[in-house]
Amino acid sequence: MSEQALSNISRINPEDLLEEIVRSYPTKVARKRRNHMLVRNPDEPQQIQANVRTVPGIITQRGCCYAGCKGVVIGPIVDMVHIVHGPIGCSYYSWMTRRNLGKAREDGQNYLQYCFSTDMQEENIIFGGEKKLMAAVEEAYEIFHPKAVSIHATCPVGLIGDDIQHVAKMMSEKLGIDIIAFNCEGYRGVSQSAGHHIANNGLFEKVVGKDDIEEEGFTVNCLGEYNIGGDAWEIERVLERCGIKVMSTFSGNGSYDEMRRAHMASLNLVQCHRSINYMAEMMETAYGIPWIKVNFIGVKAMSKSLRKIAQFFDDPALTERVEKVIAEEEERALKGIEPHRERLDGKTAFLFVGGSRAHHYQDLFRDLGMKTVVAGYEFGHRDDYEGRQVLPNLKLDADSKNIPEIEVRPDPERYRPRKSPEVLEELKRKGLIDNYEGMIPDMEKGSIVVDDISHFELERLIETLKPDIVCSGIKDKYVIQKMGVPSKQLHSYDYSGPYAGYEGAVNFAREIDMLVNSPAWSMITAPWEKTPLLKAVPNKV
Amino acid sequence: MLDLTPKEITKRKALRINPAKTCQPIGAMYASLGIHGCLPHSHGSQGCCAYHRSHLTRHYKEPIMAATSSFTEGAAVFGGGANLRQALKTMFTVYDPEVVAVHTTCLSETIGDDLPSLIKKAAEDGIIPKGKTVIHTNTPSFVGSHVTGFSNMTRSMVRYFSRENGETRELINIIPGYVEPSDMREIKRLSAEMGIKSVVFPDTSDVLDAPQRGRLELYPKGGVTTKELRDTGEAAATLALGGFASEDAAIELERKCGVSYELLDLPIGISATDRFIQAAIDITGKEPPASITDDRGRVVDIMTDMLQYLYGRKVALFGDPDHLISMTEFVKDLGMKPVHVITGTPGKKFERRIKALLKDTVPDVNVRSAADLFLMHQWIKNSPVDLLIGNVYGKYIARAEDIPFVRFGFPILDRIGHSYFPTVGYAGAMRLLEKMVGAILDRKDRDDPDEHFELVM
Ligand code: SF4
Ligand code: SF4
Repeated sequence: MSEQALSNISRINPEDLLEEIVRSYPTKVARKRRNHMLVRNPDEPQQIQANVRTVPGIITQRGCCYAGCKGVVIGPIVDMVHIVHGPIGCSYYSWMTRRNLGKAREDGQNYLQYCFSTDMQEENIIFGGEKKLMAAVEEAYEIFHPKAVSIHATCPVGLIGDDIQHVAKMMSEKLGIDIIAFNCEGYRGVSQSAGHHIANNGLFEKVVGKDDIEEEGFTVNCLGEYNIGGDAWEIERVLERCGIKVMSTFSGNGSYDEMRRAHMASLNLVQCHRSINYMAEMMETAYGIPWIKVNFIGVKAMSKSLRKIAQFFDDPALTERVEKVIAEEEERALKGIEPHRERLDGKTAFLFVGGSRAHHYQDLFRDLGMKTVVAGYEFGHRDDYEGRQVLPNLKLDADSKNIPEIEVRPDPERYRPRKSPEVLEELKRKGLIDNYEGMIPDMEKGSIVVDDISHFELERLIETLKPDIVCSGIKDKYVIQKMGVPSKQLHSYDYSGPYAGYEGAVNFAREIDMLVNSPAWSMITAPWEKTPLLKAVPNKV
Repeated sequence: MLDLTPKEITKRKALRINPAKTCQPIGAMYASLGIHGCLPHSHGSQGCCAYHRSHLTRHYKEPIMAATSSFTEGAAVFGGGANLRQALKTMFTVYDPEVVAVHTTCLSETIGDDLPSLIKKAAEDGIIPKGKTVIHTNTPSFVGSHVTGFSNMTRSMVRYFSRENGETRELINIIPGYVEPSDMREIKRLSAEMGIKSVVFPDTSDVLDAPQRGRLELYPKGGVTTKELRDTGEAAATLALGGFASEDAAIELERKCGVSYELLDLPIGISATDRFIQAAIDITGKEPPASITDDRGRVVDIMTDMLQYLYGRKVALFGDPDHLISMTEFVKDLGMKPVHVITGTPGKKFERRIKALLKDTVPDVNVRSAADLFLMHQWIKNSPVDLLIGNVYGKYIARAEDIPFVRFGFPILDRIGHSYFPTVGYAGAMRLLEKMVGAILDRKDRDDPDEHFELVM
């Protein structure tokens, strides 16, 4: 099958394929969609359209701003009560569905199994819901005594004009705990992405930088790591072996207390650039913490990321330890992958996920000998595709303008450069810190990139290119499988994991092997449909 | 597990914790999928649609196709008319559905988009191709629950399709309620076994339990057809199963086409199924074949054989009102004691019904509508039970309190089976019995000391 897939790809002119696909759209839609697609050509500068409105009616993968704020960034914080202000659905659907795992710290506070909502009723929509929200916060306080509460606005709240910021302020004064409100109404921006930004702003302003407890040694924060299936724990395991201490994670298994101390770390590691780059930048400006882009997905990628960290700290003992850990872990992981690699080598994959995984998993597939032939983000921006050098040229459109940018200055007491200006300059020049090159440069000539893919485009690409596996989300999983093609959910990991780090890579290899090579796929056609009818007729009855 | 839930119950007026309901549109989307060739459409921001599709997908492990008007801030301010027109254009060009079933969300409801006028205008402007139909229903989530959304969309099917031409056919309508494809299939089977011609609507069998054939059918072969829906207006009668999910459509059909209806409980458990079969006999004059009476006998056989494991056991139940009414009656018929019963869906008539059912056996039952699982958990902490019956969210309470647990109702996100094996009818009763007895005996096996670990039970 895989050889067939590769030959399909080389036989078909990808540019023609994309043209043919968009031809099925109404003319204006076709023009719009074509700008979201390209065929990778390393020989020329390439630009893609991203982070703009989805065409209504197109069957998109995308969700809303609220999903990005509460669902992605804030919800995983284990020791806060997250109250959703709105009708019941929004809160209900984001209740334990994303698999951001978490454990209580010593104080025993873990709210991940709970779903809180103001469950607005008609009278709240007509007469306003502020009173109900206040009462809800108070009731939550009386029952649980949490140390902090978040409030999330859903679509109708913005429209009826409830001032959730005001409620948060008043209730915070009354109860003496932090209450942070997020105006993440679903219609803001064009996707989950707007919500990430709003969440970053809130955390930065209200949580980070409030507790100055110092930690010794090589300290980092993991930014944009959500602990799906336990990823963060595997990353932490490896970092700890190297002697690197994770002070806080934003936000998988995240803790409010730890986030308050995040500004004391020496370095920020950015895993998902899309959802958290704002935080990395703001912390650098305010506290002088540089950030490096890491990718903990894939054996080689993991080692490369560890070496980057060692390079930053520039400490011989640490470097030695890191190399030792890499040697041991790589050996074990590669051995674990080997039998699977034999069965997967040369196979092809599509990747349509989120705002970073479509890039990250290409490294892991390379470890398995597999080739990513089509990839795209659900809500990435141009910098996630093309690299951060495009940032100065990005124009804000009407949909992005309404997401507040906060002005950040160096904190008068807490700003502390982690290296001398010369060294920082040098690290920047080398591209080690404050840099992300994006997904497109990593893709091979002739591969296809599609942003915010629609159901129709996905179906046509699968039919034509017949990949061996398609990685996407829950809404696509069974659509793809009904076409006889295995699908891996890369948001929820098909209820498995971890996939990050060395042990994660082995898990992933095993599962891709299982998905692709399961005997079930060969049973789709009934025996009597395969046999010519004549042969099946002998008069046995 | 749920370690922070205190035993002491405090009164809450504003804070919902661990809901036992969700919002209207998901029910409307599910009902729409029970029309053949239909593409559901969510008129609002795209987040709702993404959530509803994801949730239904997790429950059915099947493709759930639906489109959205993808509102951005502009639409929130100026209304979503332009988005709907664009959406209809895109859908009819690319996906070619026979029917588009539009439901609203909280956002478009709060804005107040006037869907009938928008749809009419789109038709006049040629955006809706000839021969295709766009229907709509209003599904504000600040009213009712997912069950209400299902009910509203089902009623819209009547509003848009049912026709009366003065004739009455030998046909009955069955509105099956918010049940699984397997249940709808079973209801059709029972009616066919009795030799009754019926239209079951909506009908998600052969849509949400589609076979793996190596090709994607955007519109699988199942679903009630538009022609069948038109015919509902000429039927002799309607059986509406479940007051919360089905009665509104039946009332509408009576009002619009003069088809009288009988309201029944969902045929879950022995008594409710008996009433269903009896009603079918009374309306059509047809006798059930021996196979149905035999199936009934098999249910009673299990009941008599297994009563020692069920009798007197305390049960807590939660879920959707129509399901709970029948299930409460069933566990009562088994000699069990339903002591806590909760639905998230609002409706005092639910509470009255449960109390009436239990007035002789559990007069002090705790029953509440518009309640949540946090309260259910506290009730259980204060008055423990032997069995918990409810949707997937119950597994957390079951684990926290170490109670045997039977998954029943919507949603079930962590097991398969509900799409394929019915809970309605006598077949469903057998399946429920197997599950309940299994859960109770598995627990006994787990807890019994070695010397009491029994081979035969
Ligand atoms: S806004 Fe309303 S319709 Fe949308 S998910 Fe929330 S409750 Fe449901
Ligand atoms: S109502 Fe708004 S906030 Fe809630 S899920 Fe829908 S789009 Fe998101």
